[in-house]
Amino acid sequence: MTVTGARVTGSALDRVDGPEKVTGRARYAYEHRPRDVAYAVPVQAAIARGEVVDVDVDAVLQWPGVIAAMWHGNAPRLAPSAAAELAVLQSRQVAYRGQYVAVVVAETYEQACEAARLLRVQYEERPHDVALRVDHPGMYRPDHVNPDYPTDSSLGDPEAALASAAVVVDATYATPAEHHNPMEPHAAVAVWEEGGLTVHDSTQGASGLRATIAPLFGMPPDRVRIVSPYVGGGFGSKGKAHPHVVLAALAAKQVGRPVKLAVTRQQMFAVTGYRTPTVQRVRLGADGDGRLVAITHEAFEQTSTISEFAEQTTVATRMMYAAPHRHTSHRLVRLDVPTPTWMRAPGEAPGMFALESAMDELAVACGVDPVELRVRNDPERDPESGLPFSSRNLVACLREGARRFGWHERDPRPGIRRRGRVLVGTGVASSTYPAYRVASRASARAEPDGRFTVRIAAADIGTGARTVLTQLAADALAVPPERVRVEVGDSALPKASTAGGSMGTASWGTAVVRACEALMDELARHGGAVPPPGLSAEADTAQEVRGQRKLARHAYGAQFAEVGVDVDTGEVRVLRLLGVFAAGRILNPKTARSQFIGGMTMGMSMALLEESVLDREFGDYLNHDLAQYHLATCADVRDIEAAWVEEDDPDLNPMGSKGIGEIGIVGTAAAIASAVHHATGVRVRDLPIRLDKLVG
Amino acid sequence: MRPFGYQRAASTRAAVEAVGAGDGAVFLGGGTNLVDLMRLGVATPHTLVDVTRIAPATIEETAGGGLLVGGGVRNGELAAHPLVRRRYPVLSQAVLAGASGQIRNMATVGGNLLQRTRCSYFQDVTKPCNKRQPGSGCPAREGDHRNLAIIGHSESCVATQPSDMAVALAALGATVHVEGPGGPRAVPMPGLHRLPGDQPQRDTVLGPGDLITAVELPPLPLAARSRYRKVRDRASFSFAVVSVAAALEVAGGVVRDCRIALGAVAHVPWRAETAEAALRGAEATEAEFTRAAELELAGARPLPGNAYKVPLARNLLVRVLTDLAEAP
Repeated sequence: MTVTGARVTGSALDRVDGPEKVTGRARYAYEHRPRDVAYAVPVQAAIARGEVVDVDVDAVLQWPGVIAAMWHGNAPRLAPSAAAELAVLQSRQVAYRGQYVAVVVAETYEQACEAARLLRVQYEERPHDVALRVDHPGMYRPDHVNPDYPTDSSLGDPEAALASAAVVVDATYATPAEHHNPMEPHAAVAVWEEGGLTVHDSTQGASGLRATIAPLFGMPPDRVRIVSPYVGGGFGSKGKAHPHVVLAALAAKQVGRPVKLAVTRQQMFAVTGYRTPTVQRVRLGADGDGRLVAITHEAFEQTSTISEFAEQTTVATRMMYAAPHRHTSHRLVRLDVPTPTWMRAPGEAPGMFALESAMDELAVACGVDPVELRVRNDPERDPESGLPFSSRNLVACLREGARRFGWHERDPRPGIRRRGRVLVGTGVASSTYPAYRVASRASARAEPDGRFTVRIAAADIGTGARTVLTQLAADALAVPPERVRVEVGDSALPKASTAGGSMGTASWGTAVVRACEALMDELARHGGAVPPPGLSAEADTAQEVRGQRKLARHAYGAQFAEVGVDVDTGEVRVLRLLGVFAAGRILNPKTARSQFIGGMTMGMSMALLEESVLDREFGDYLNHDLAQYHLATCADVRDIEAAWVEEDDPDLNPMGSKGIGEIGIVGTAAAIASAVHHATGVRVRDLPIRLDKLVG
Repeated sequence: MRPFGYQRAASTRAAVEAVGAGDGAVFLGGGTNLVDLMRLGVATPHTLVDVTRIAPATIEETAGGGLLVGGGVRNGELAAHPLVRRRYPVLSQAVLAGASGQIRNMATVGGNLLQRTRCSYFQDVTKPCNKRQPGSGCPAREGDHRNLAIIGHSESCVATQPSDMAVALAALGATVHVEGPGGPRAVPMPGLHRLPGDQPQRDTVLGPGDLITAVELPPLPLAARSRYRKVRDRASFSFAVVSVAAALEVAGGVVRDCRIALGAVAHVPWRAETAEAALRGAEATEAEFTRAAELELAGARPLPGNAYKVPLARNLLVRVLTDLAEAP
């Protein structure tokens, strides 16, 4: 293991791309305007299940500016191996409302919009089934859950332990479908040149997208280039290839011109993924002092009929707390709905809402302080695998958070604190997220002018990755950060993992540090001087990552919330939110704080506001814009703070870091729900906690 | 978006004639609602007749101590006007409770009154909606209606009127001045908006070519003690779940006079005349306010998904009146 110099890493370096972004020089996907570009506007299915019978292409071709209209009946064929989700216009089948059934290409965006609006699509509609319910006859046990966890887990005899436990909590929780809604909606600009394809896309993973797209068009990956230097947020919705990229490339191929395609905010609600709704039953058995003897957690979720996404909702429960008897499971049903996908902390975010809410209910049932209850059940080793933790500082987070928050003054009785017409309460919940790391490659180059260029097909989706990688490289090269330029967001750069699973910094950072170390070795071989053409070195961390010790690696945190609930109206406002995290070494306190409080703000939204409302009659998500799908506004975020405890963990990566992009959203909703209970005495077990659940 | 023409009206008369011809021309004010609806394909005008240069944009005192607010006055200006704030705080508060600073700076008084419903089905052209497409049906009754009407709705429509400002104007009994193909006329609030009945496509009593030129606020001393309170799902930038506009005059512990309107409960800003009548001469106590609120809401017919609005409206009404009665 190598500890990099600590001169820049760990400092609050400003975002290196900040000036480009705030002055508008940073070009996002849709801002690329190749010569002779045409505009594609997709047409979405107006039925949830059935078949496209015919599309009246000829009629719209008469419209001014229209170049082409494509549907299954006239679209070029993709490779037959194409996954159904991406096999755009390859079938007449409609698997969900809003699925792409046609595309119109025109000289201007407005012409394409109008032609798409007028395009007549004839359907043969069949009855659809879109409602998730626990007793659905189609519930099945998926082979594994995302990304490759066992579907179920069992230890001991939880049923017997629950039957004889002194205290039992048995509660069912529900979380709704939620949509990511990044600030920058998805967009793709596809250009075919010399038989190769270049796509300017808004993606979390250029290398991964290239590997997916190339075979669809029967090409080797090196004929496809994905360019995405700037991405305006993703939250998982830009992690996998979505059908609009294929549609843009298909349209560009067909018309023989570059094609721009923007997914509108409204369209996003059907075609770029979402968080599955869940129903979760949690049972906790404990002795009178709150020591757990049994934990069970069963999750019920949905996927589409054309692709399986099985969210790992109960996986965090497998290692959060000690208990000799345990069981977790996931069941899935295929519905006529769009395919869910990763959304910030898939698994942990909905799963920990249920587990941590149940822990609060247990604290109340046992008369034990909720902080103390969690401390009491902190395991020495991963309770299911038996593996040691690389580091686990949940208790330190709980203690430090309690101190900062003033938790010791808390009277546990619900419904007794009033400030004017507002009932006030506080709540706490644990946070966690795995510290993943995967293989990546990077190159480092010493330029003759004394500057350095580091290249890696990483993605900075607003996290500050470009900045942190610059810090890591500067220290590894022992130069100030101004002399280092980090290039990311291009599949032509050394292959890197997708920005997901909070593993970007760990995975890319390892590759960047190793490439820089290799370059330093090269430089040393050249007597410290850079030869005229410059000097390069590369690194591939596959072997290093494969060889790491088998340990349970997770980040932890504790979130504390204070809420006010209006006695007359039931309106809930979060008065204070504090998160304390133990996530290894914090490499840049400024960008880290943004990640933590950004996650917590999204957690607050999840707790109080976010819900994609399913329309059973039509089978789509009804509230498909930002006026109807509510996210927290600045006025909702009053007092929010993130802090962290020192954590020295040598078993992670050269930086000693754990991922911090997702942990902030984990536990927030449970802390807020528990605070609402403390304020009002009402336990809301289905999110979001809106006033209609409290007014009376 | 369907191609459309754009013209700037040279005069009120010319604007009224251009739109009154009935060939698909509509007035354009701030465009904060209309342009969105055009993007969604809900509104497909042939021509936009921009009236922002000719619509009166001044706020003037009237002889009796009221105010005449030009139809082209921007919402932000209205809310900030010193006389509005002093004489009609309910109106200033209502405007500031809506939208965002940017939108309020664009939106006009005339346009604000003509906002269309935010019902999800109305805004989605792939679905039936009697308001958008008469006779196509109303999926909201069986579908999502969490934030739709609880009172005055019909089999054909359960939409609500979304303007906050209109609720305050209904309470104040403002007069809407209209210039139409037949000449000028005055429409008293809350009579501008209409209940859906079997013609939900008609939001108001205005006909083609009717242009709102001004809104007149009557002299109303009791409005100096008035308040707007808006309940919403998040702290800012969202439409009301229920709102109350009220003015109250209390002397010797007795309600001398009052004006009350409810928002987000009906297809119109709902003037609470039953409650007003019950309160005039009653003791200014929480018990009396509750009695009046319950009388007003006795006619509510909530749907399964919005029954919570009945106790919410009652609680809010009682609270606003109690606060007004207790205010120094």
